[in-house]
Amino acid sequence: MGIANRKELEARRKALHKANENVKTHVRVCSGTGCAALGAFEVYDALVKESKKAGLPVQVELEPCGKEKDPLFVSLTGCQGFCQIGPLVHILPDDILYTGVKVSAVKDIVEKTLAGGQVVEKLLYKNPEDKKRLKGRADIPFYKGQELVALEGCGSVAADSLDSYVASGGFSSLAKALKMDPDQVISEVEKSGLRGRGGGGFPTGRKWRSCVSAEGDERFVICNGDEGDPGAFMDCCIMEGDPYRVIEGMIICAHAVGSSTGFIYVRHEYPRAVERLSLAVKTCEENGLLGKKILGSDLDFDISVARGGGAFVCGESTALMRSIEGSVGEPRAKYVRSVQRGFRDKPTVLNNVETFACVPSIINEGSDWFTSRGTEKSPGTKAFCLVGKVVNTGLIEVPMGTSLRDVVFGMGGGIIDGRPFKAVQTGGPSGGCLGEDHLDLPVDFDALAKAGSMMGSGGMIVMDDRTCMVDVAKYFLKFLMEESCGKCVPCREGVYQLHAMLDKLSRGEGEPQDLEKIQRLGKEIQVSSLCGLGKSAPNPVLSTLKNFREEYEAHVNDKRCPAGVCRDITTFTIDPDKCTGCLVCKKACPPDAISGEKKQVHIIDQDKCTQCGACRLVCKFDAVVTN
Amino acid sequence: MYIYIDGKKISAKDGESILEVANRNEIYIPTLCHHEALDDVGACRVCMVEITHKDWGGWRNLVTACLYPVEEGLVISTSSEAVRRSRGTTLDLLMARCPTSDVIRWMAEENGEISVRYEQIDDGSKCIMCSLCVRACERMGCNAIGTVGRGHDKKIAPPFFENPENCIGCGACAAICPTGHIEVNDTRTTREIWDKKFNFVACEGCGEPVLTEEYRDYAIANRDLPADYYTTCSACKKKKLASHFDKVGS
Repeated sequence: MGIANRKELEARRKALHKANENVKTHVRVCSGTGCAALGAFEVYDALVKESKKAGLPVQVELEPCGKEKDPLFVSLTGCQGFCQIGPLVHILPDDILYTGVKVSAVKDIVEKTLAGGQVVEKLLYKNPEDKKRLKGRADIPFYKGQELVALEGCGSVAADSLDSYVASGGFSSLAKALKMDPDQVISEVEKSGLRGRGGGGFPTGRKWRSCVSAEGDERFVICNGDEGDPGAFMDCCIMEGDPYRVIEGMIICAHAVGSSTGFIYVRHEYPRAVERLSLAVKTCEENGLLGKKILGSDLDFDISVARGGGAFVCGESTALMRSIEGSVGEPRAKYVRSVQRGFRDKPTVLNNVETFACVPSIINEGSDWFTSRGTEKSPGTKAFCLVGKVVNTGLIEVPMGTSLRDVVFGMGGGIIDGRPFKAVQTGGPSGGCLGEDHLDLPVDFDALAKAGSMMGSGGMIVMDDRTCMVDVAKYFLKFLMEESCGKCVPCREGVYQLHAMLDKLSRGEGEPQDLEKIQRLGKEIQVSSLCGLGKSAPNPVLSTLKNFREEYEAHVNDKRCPAGVCRDITTFTIDPDKCTGCLVCKKACPPDAISGEKKQVHIIDQDKCTQCGACRLVCKFDAVVTN
Repeated sequence: MYIYIDGKKISAKDGESILEVANRNEIYIPTLCHHEALDDVGACRVCMVEITHKDWGGWRNLVTACLYPVEEGLVISTSSEAVRRSRGTTLDLLMARCPTSDVIRWMAEENGEISVRYEQIDDGSKCIMCSLCVRACERMGCNAIGTVGRGHDKKIAPPFFENPENCIGCGACAAICPTGHIEVNDTRTTREIWDKKFNFVACEGCGEPVLTEEYRDYAIANRDLPADYYTTCSACKKKKLASHFDKVGS
């Protein structure tokens, strides 16, 4: 059944909306990567089976002319955000969020909640502060202060269902955009101040306009889904959880810039994103939302899903385009911009997944609605992946300008085990680490850049006092060294040398002049490299050197790692005053280096110790200390 | 249009790169990955120059001369402090990578400051990954070699590191290599390159090697060249032509 024009879309939306309204209870099972790994699909199957067994009027598809009265709609949604405590089952309209749901708990949910209308207390989220059970998203601190724009449908619409998306108002923005002049659409996006969510923060409207004014008989629209930063999974969640929104954003862009061909470039390591996007593209084609004369307008637009091989550098726009062309994914100099000469040397708009996901709301609600959120220079909201040594890890979306403190200590719930906060790393591998004095920094493009880090695509890695900043810088440089495409000298050889110097430091072989050398080389790599990867590759070391210089100095001057991470210069000993003789560290020690009887002070045999740190990790009394 | 290189006003054409204009005017900008017969890629970064413009409000930038297209009034410095620092770092890094390469050492000496400050990787390789060989091979139409892998371990190699099936032994890769990294072993009758052996076609006139048999077959199939191109060496061709003119003259 196709949707030939706006009227048919509206009719279908109304019918589906009504069907949706008739649903008495929504049961939304999160099928984001984290929950899926913990068995969400099995939970979903069990929920459907058990509900049917209990005689409940189960529906797994929205049925406009369903026979059941007051049906129960069980759906698989995209990521609901709180990955830490999955699998999640969200029940509406009562807003009950069940966490850590296992197949064995399904019977309880069906009998007590779905049939009996009661809440299963033990499946509710337990607030670590006061140990109280909190019922729904409205009560849980993790969800407070969040505002969903790009993630609006992620976690609420059924991820692989066009009907579910249409019922939630999907494609109405496209219908509205197609009534508008392309120039009007661009003006609206310009006025919204939307900036590229992939990290660069380039104004999206301006990009679209330059593409229109560039010379060329053909234009392309490309969606960059090659998210590769360690610890970042926002785009993955959007592609998996709300693929139709991305497609709608791209069609609106195609209308605005006059393109008839689009690509979504997704890395091969995101198999479910590839699968759901491919299915969504196919469904859109079958329903006339992609192809010729979309919604009865003059717009012809096709989308192909292109799979990337997993090279980090292919997230760089020019390398990405070369990769789709079938060449080796190496960047080229951008003295001539991609909007003028991009894919196949034709004008090309390349935007990130999250950017396209923001577009439908901007067109539907208007630019004023969008600019009422966020800061003046960075309007709107931004999705972040909160990971690392933070109590609540997961996917969040907050208005731009929210402080790092609100994110880490509000939604994030602070540091695990109440340890001191040390730094938060933003912007992916080429971002920077910001310390405690930056906690009140409003998170937006300019503030982060000014502080020596960057927005990046939105990864946020929280670190505690047991994280060594030299080690962190070394880790990211190793990543970048291996992921450099190897085309230009400063990046290929320079990052290698930076890593070698940091390695020297972490082995306690650093010399006083090394810090100066690192700084000088880092700065030259920034100005001399060919592409953005190289230009930003020294950031992890330069920002940590700036914000945590004393830690570097301890490695060089005292041959000591204050965080007790760098093995070669760390010795673990047991503080006899604190040791209770509980035997826990003794059991945890892999090389059996710890001796001692119960209730007697333990001792570490330095000849056997491999400095793995397992004892310190398990000790509840902070009795294991480092030099 | 006019541009200014090191204070000299110079005329330039739309679409030219800074390097093209500089070369035409005999202004020296060092290069390693540039060749006039091939498309530029901006890989070696030694042709870095500093640009600014009277309308840019004092903003300056480092760009590669080989790729940056000229524009009216562009002000270029080929050896400013920033250029020398950037170029010096690049050459220092290359010296650490290929300590045995004379070309890199000369170029670094010329830049003014030699300081091998980085950990040397002395694996005997002189390859600086400029990719001139790959581009030359591509231009020949053979694609026998390519870049393999990425990052610091990137290499130039035939597919699967095996004898390259497509190689015709033309030797363009070795001839164009700026550091002499690619080995080619010629005898009077044979050539060995990329671990592959070729037989030379002997000149009909003097018996000197002309080209490899594979190159001859490839050229016959793909190029429209005079028949004696494959059978006569360039010295004999010259002689033949001279005697032809001799006859015409008399």
